[in-house]
Amino acid sequence: MSDSIPFVDYLVIGEDPHLVANECSGCGARFFDRRNACAGCSGTAFTRARVATHGQVRTFSIVAFAAPGIEVPFVSAIVDCDGTSVRTNIVNIEPDPDHIKLGMPVKLTTFVVGEDAGGVPAVNFAFEPAA
Amino acid sequence: MSSEDVFILGINMTKFGKHADKDILDLASEATLAALKDGGVTMSDMDIIAAGNLLGPSGGIAQEIQKQCGQTGIPAYNVANACATGATALRVACMSVKAGESDFGLAVGVEQLSGHGLLTGGSRKPDGDSWERQGRHGAVGPLDGRIGTDTMPGVFAQIGMEYGHKYGGANFELFAQISEKNHGHSTLNPLAAYTKAMSLEQIMGDLMIAYPNTRPMCSANCDGAAAAVVVSGSKLKTLSQEQQRRAVRIAASVLTSDPYEEACQVLPNVNTLTRNAAKIAYEQAGVGPDDLDLVELHDCFATAELVHYDNLMLCEEGGAVDFFKSGAPFRDGRTPVNVSGGLQSKGHPVSATGIANIWEVCHHLRGEAGPRQIEGAKVGLAHVIGLGSACGIHVLESNAA
Repeated sequence: MSDSIPFVDYLVIGEDPHLVANECSGCGARFFDRRNACAGCSGTAFTRARVATHGQVRTFSIVAFAAPGIEVPFVSAIVDCDGTSVRTNIVNIEPDPDHIKLGMPVKLTTFVVGEDAGGVPAVNFAFEPAA
Repeated sequence: MSSEDVFILGINMTKFGKHADKDILDLASEATLAALKDGGVTMSDMDIIAAGNLLGPSGGIAQEIQKQCGQTGIPAYNVANACATGATALRVACMSVKAGESDFGLAVGVEQLSGHGLLTGGSRKPDGDSWERQGRHGAVGPLDGRIGTDTMPGVFAQIGMEYGHKYGGANFELFAQISEKNHGHSTLNPLAAYTKAMSLEQIMGDLMIAYPNTRPMCSANCDGAAAAVVVSGSKLKTLSQEQQRRAVRIAASVLTSDPYEEACQVLPNVNTLTRNAAKIAYEQAGVGPDDLDLVELHDCFATAELVHYDNLMLCEEGGAVDFFKSGAPFRDGRTPVNVSGGLQSKGHPVSATGIANIWEVCHHLRGEAGPRQIEGAKVGLAHVIGLGSACGIHVLESNAA
């Protein structure tokens, strides 16, 4: 099998999967996208910061209509990882309001989303209920 | 009236709904010509036009409107600010009048949405043959549905649920009750896209789009246009008694964008910029939330209406659930909210919305709202949010003695 690649730049895969943010050296604001400058203080120096892999569901929706190819319903959420908010799906849970609760503890998980024509698997992340 | 004041002189909205036999220029022209007539003026009086349309054919909608209604060579501003596009057009016209460059200004918003299927995920590009990193997240595929959601019903569901998490008391049933209120209100509005009351059972039992928003709890995507003519206070003094009596003073005209806060680039924060705009608007107008006789706010989803009770300071911070349960935002309540039916029932032709909500408020302030008139209305507020984000707030005051 060819080496896996992460689905997004800010996901580190392997033995210790986690997310990394671009953290502003000036004010500490964290971003997941490629930056030109900081939206908080306009600073231009950034370091790569590890994001906590455990967090709490700050809000969610159970999305029933999505683009073709997306399995529905799925749980979309914002997870508070020790003060860094992460946009994610919640997986390994029944997608209904009886199971997913605001404030519930969750942890990062990774999984293969597919392979390209060359057999290279892409690995994405999501959060799942933490025991 | 002071000479720096700006007034709505004429205003109109078309019937919202499906207009299969019309194109966007038919709709925009209908609203434009009717707003001019309502103000007792013509295209030749206008000193500036600002207009917006997001989903129609590309090109300058302001110039296209002029080509149908009167090409007089005036400056034309084409504006785009998502769902706040109409309010932005009005704000541009107001600024020009306020700056002393124009006596009269025209603002138009128009949209044709029916059949666009905006509630669903829309289309998506197929995954490529080999993984290729794209965009600012270096993603090898679209994020929507794989890392959270980009769909509006889902995004705004999360915005409402976040409020529930923070303060408690907000659940599916409460959000559905907000929708029930607005669908009930729309039965009195002949220009609304939908004018049927819906029971709580019907709303909760309808098609789930993105929990907790079922279909009737989402904006009604439809066609429509709205247009407004503004005039300076000094020019208004030279017009007829009748024009002066029906003119509505723009006591505040405010536009904000969202200041940086943690998480605002992860889930849009529609709260802070609304609260900021509201503070400025109340200060400009010299009124407080308790002075408002009616409010038209941006209920693009039932989950959004709840948070804006709080953001517009119609209730204490954290008190939106109690505010709703007290009956305050019903048309016979203390602060009637969305007596037009709101975006959920009146409809949401995106670029028209930020002027149509002002039309609704003006209609009441002029005492011309017929069976849905809020009796004795003197002061009203109109609010829109365009995701991205932009917030437009206008506070309007009756000019009648």
